[in-house]
Amino acid sequence: MKIVMAIIKPFKLDEVRDALTGIGVHGMTVTEVKGYGRQKGHTEIYRGAEYAVSFLPKLKIEVAVNANQVDKVIETITSAAKTGQIGDGKIFVFGLDHAVRIRTGETDVAAL
Amino acid sequence: MTLKLPYRAGLIALALGALFVDPSFAEEAAAAAPKIDTGDTAWMLTSVALVLMMTVPGLALFYAGMVRKKNVLATAMQSFAITCVVTVLWTVIGYSLAFTSGSPYIGGTSQFFLLNMGTGTVNDLAKTIPEPVYMCFQLTFAIITPALICGAFADRMKFSALLWFMGAWSLLVYCPIAHWVWGSDGFLSAAGVLDFAGGTVVHINAGTAGLMCALVMGKRQGFGTDNMAPFNLLYSLIGASLLWVGWFGFNAGSAVAANGNAAMAMAVTQIATATAALGWMFAEWAARGKPSVLGIISGAVAGLVAITPASGFVDPVGALIIGIAAGVVCFWASTSLKKMVGYDDSLDAFGVHAIGGIVGALLTGVLARAAINPASGDTPAKAGLIDGNAAQVVTQVYGIAVTLIYCAIATVIILKIIDWTIGLRVKSEVERDGLDLSLHGETIH
Repeated sequence: MKIVMAIIKPFKLDEVRDALTGIGVHGMTVTEVKGYGRQKGHTEIYRGAEYAVSFLPKLKIEVAVNANQVDKVIETITSAAKTGQIGDGKIFVFGLDHAVRIRTGETDVAAL
Repeated sequence: MTLKLPYRAGLIALALGALFVDPSFAEEAAAAAPKIDTGDTAWMLTSVALVLMMTVPGLALFYAGMVRKKNVLATAMQSFAITCVVTVLWTVIGYSLAFTSGSPYIGGTSQFFLLNMGTGTVNDLAKTIPEPVYMCFQLTFAIITPALICGAFADRMKFSALLWFMGAWSLLVYCPIAHWVWGSDGFLSAAGVLDFAGGTVVHINAGTAGLMCALVMGKRQGFGTDNMAPFNLLYSLIGASLLWVGWFGFNAGSAVAANGNAAMAMAVTQIATATAALGWMFAEWAARGKPSVLGIISGAVAGLVAITPASGFVDPVGALIIGIAAGVVCFWASTSLKKMVGYDDSLDAFGVHAIGGIVGALLTGVLARAAINPASGDTPAKAGLIDGNAAQVVTQVYGIAVTLIYCAIATVIILKIIDWTIGLRVKSEVERDGLDLSLHGETIH
């Protein structure tokens, strides 16, 4: 099992969700986050006072999937979240040792 | 005991009454035989509510939206607490010092505790409405003036120091200046200074006091380096909108009658405000590349400020000119001038109110039309440079200068005394943690 974690532009959430649902991924966790990469920040001006905002709002989505689905999930998120502009985000994949569904006690793949 | 108390209170009231009743005033009032006008009274009752709404919640929201999240409640609290403190002081001595006849420099003592005010009495300055309405109307001006100062020292004043400062300032600065300009025997009034609704008394006064606060108290921690972006400009937009609506009570109410003068004051208020909002917006657009929400609402307030002294004296074309001037000049003052001089007038009390007030008071001397405020009885028409009365501009400069100088000196003295006794500024860690939690034990959410 793997965790696919993606940092995406906030307005892309619905497209990513629909695309993942389309390939049979039924569940994700979404967190509002702030950060920067190549996009850097932006400048805000209030009555002449300029403030550099170095962290931009992004969404972090986390999906737990079976290892054989990982490539398909990455491909789906990449195509759904892409605008071609700087700041589209990143995808990270890491291993998942164990999973439990709290209601039924099912474990691992059955719990996903 | 139950019998004795009212009896004693009665005796005190009698004694105070005997002390304070000015016989010549009583005779005059009887001779004039006040005729209460129901239309005037209805409009002035409405105006009281409108002008009170300018401070709570108008100004409270306008300022609270502009500070950082950790200081939102403390900032709103300042306006609310000032409303309460000034109301009590006004009842006890403020109204009497400002709006009864005494000397050219300060009013009399006849209305201490409002002892001589009744349902049937009138103030000489407003003979067609019951005195309690006039007292409340003037009270709402006395409330908003000190509340405006809060913009200058946002994020860093002790609440206890604020209460002492505002109480002292209200009695030692606002009341005298209100008497000079609006009192029947005030020396600036006698000199012919035109100030329809408070360009000098309210705005130059509050803005100058604000600048003094910013200078005496120093800059906020992290000024120029930390991100001090406003918490929620939508609060500020709601606040500015309430100020705009309430200002019809402020300016049209200052006619103290439901008549043509009030009607024209309302029209020019609307025109100047919209024009100034556009003026600031376009100036900012040209200079900084974007028309901001904070810009357009600041421009509207600058326009409201500048039309205040002029509102009963100028025509719609005058309002357009005042609006453009206020929008552009206040934009410059709140951005370039502030940066150039280097003071931290956090929410631009000086840049908007003092500068806007000066623009308005000066242009009143230029643009006052005799046709808008014609001669009636003993009072001559109010004409400015545009109608051939160049001397009015000089008179306006005199009024502005006297207000500025007295306010600046008196404000600094009050600030210094408070600083030496209880201290003006919060501790460094309080400022860092935010006033909401440190001073009031609350957070917004």
